[in-house]
Amino acid sequence: MTTTSAPPIPVPARRTRRPRGRRAAALSFKYVALLFFAILILLPLYILLVASFKGTAEADPSNAWALPDTWTFGAWRDAWNQLRPNLANSFYLVIPATVLSTVLGSLNGFVLSRWRFPGSDVVFLFLLFGLFIPYQAVMIPLGQLFADVDFPSGIPRLAFAHIVYGIPITTLIFRSYYATIPEDLIEAARMDRAGMLRTYWSVVLPLSAPAFVVAAIWQFTSIWNDFLFAVFLITDPSKWPVTVALNNTTGSLVTPYNLQMAAALLASLPTLVVYILLGRFFIRGLLAGSLKG
Amino acid sequence: MKNIRRWGPGLLMVLPSILLIAVFVYGLIGWNVKVSFSDWRQAQETTGFSTVAYSELFPPGTDPAWTEAVKHVLLFTGAFMIGTLLIGATIALLLDKGVKGEGFFRAIYLFPLAVSFIAAGVVWRWLMNPAPGDRGTGLNLLFDKLGLDFLANEWYLGPDWGATALALPAIWALSGYVMALYLAGFRGVPEELREAARMDGASEYRVYRHVVFPHLTPVTLSALIILGHISIKVFDLIVAIGGKQFITQTPAVYMWILIFDARDYAKGAAIATILLVAISFLVIPYMIYTVRTERRT
Repeated sequence: MTTTSAPPIPVPARRTRRPRGRRAAALSFKYVALLFFAILILLPLYILLVASFKGTAEADPSNAWALPDTWTFGAWRDAWNQLRPNLANSFYLVIPATVLSTVLGSLNGFVLSRWRFPGSDVVFLFLLFGLFIPYQAVMIPLGQLFADVDFPSGIPRLAFAHIVYGIPITTLIFRSYYATIPEDLIEAARMDRAGMLRTYWSVVLPLSAPAFVVAAIWQFTSIWNDFLFAVFLITDPSKWPVTVALNNTTGSLVTPYNLQMAAALLASLPTLVVYILLGRFFIRGLLAGSLKG
Repeated sequence: MKNIRRWGPGLLMVLPSILLIAVFVYGLIGWNVKVSFSDWRQAQETTGFSTVAYSELFPPGTDPAWTEAVKHVLLFTGAFMIGTLLIGATIALLLDKGVKGEGFFRAIYLFPLAVSFIAAGVVWRWLMNPAPGDRGTGLNLLFDKLGLDFLANEWYLGPDWGATALALPAIWALSGYVMALYLAGFRGVPEELREAARMDGASEYRVYRHVVFPHLTPVTLSALIILGHISIKVFDLIVAIGGKQFITQTPAVYMWILIFDARDYAKGAAIATILLVAISFLVIPYMIYTVRTERRT
């Protein structure tokens, strides 16, 4: 078998002279390797799915890798009953926070790329630093500040934090995107003596749909998946978003593992659905996050 | 200044964001540093200046829990960066020339990014259950069934290298991301350059070695910095897998325990400050570099 011993990169022989057999071997090696990585990546998902559809009697660790004999929704139903209020909390949190931080990002991005003012590049850097700070470095004073000014506790605090700390990434995504709008369009609007808001509203905004999708997916996913802010800022368990509730349920040793797996899947379902439907925008957001917009 | 009518509205529009970031990023960082130089423990905030928190963290060895936490995060970071870069770059190389079903493969490799570290931690904690072979669950059981018993191990509970096992779920989660970065990098190399090298008789191997790879230094740099800053502050994943156990603690987890269990705000703030300084060393030069290159083009 040459398939297992071939190097992972095209065989170091001259392209034109490479014999057919070796090329085919290299190609099939490629697929074997790609499949191998795909299986590794899917392994945890397999366990999550298989375990979540097992009944409590069957959920014994010794046959964990086998498919369920009888498929049941019992674990899913239990997980749903336990997590339902927290799933609702997460939606109450994520939807307004995503909408507001996306709108802010769009306005900022427009000004910083297409309606600049003296020093706007410095302002951009000033905002951008917020993208990289470890949130631990603001967490203690943030909790203190919320308490000092009597900010409405629970979800509003969390939403506010996500909006503020979302400004850098959404601004970055929109700024990179607007930089690709032809300058002529903006200039034409200026020639017509259109003001900033008018230019934004009638020229830029209609072109912004892709950037809105990218930024919204990014914010939706990262706010939904956040654990750090929630665990520091929310003390009332009835206000916990689903990540904290999930960690709390599954951290307990008495929770049967089929229920743990169903709960983990259930808590991930919204972001997974978004990923499946809008995956290509998701990837664009990722690459924007590396500053390479 | 006379063009203020032209640029004034723009500044006004961004002003709320500038103020919010000024207060909630820079202001609170300052406040946190102040807390770290106080003796705020248990009781309400005090105002005096004190270095007691730092004196408990330095020199190394003063606080065994802190020393362990730093050791864990260093091991974790090493394993995480090497693993993620190698796997991500390998997959990108495999996909570079275009294979049938590329979109399908990419979708699989990237899906872990949509899953929270908490949810991933639930399944990985189970996969990495330390009980051995036939009595085990998860991977140890799988190894046993496949006749690969020698691979079975204690995973994250291993006393010396446990922290590297904690990196496995993080590698799982972020390899796809590195793949996407490299794939974009590979495809950003103009095809004419590769073609020119081939015309000169270079083998495919040499085309990559001498034409493609040298173009990828910025990509590798981005990847290292992004992975590094994720790694230094790693928190969710550790909590989901190890809880508050001493053996899996990282600085971010230790800080959390100090605040919620010991109510030692000064020391928690000191650790947060140290995390910030460590990350700034990575990120600030990178930000300046990126903005400069952007300006040049």
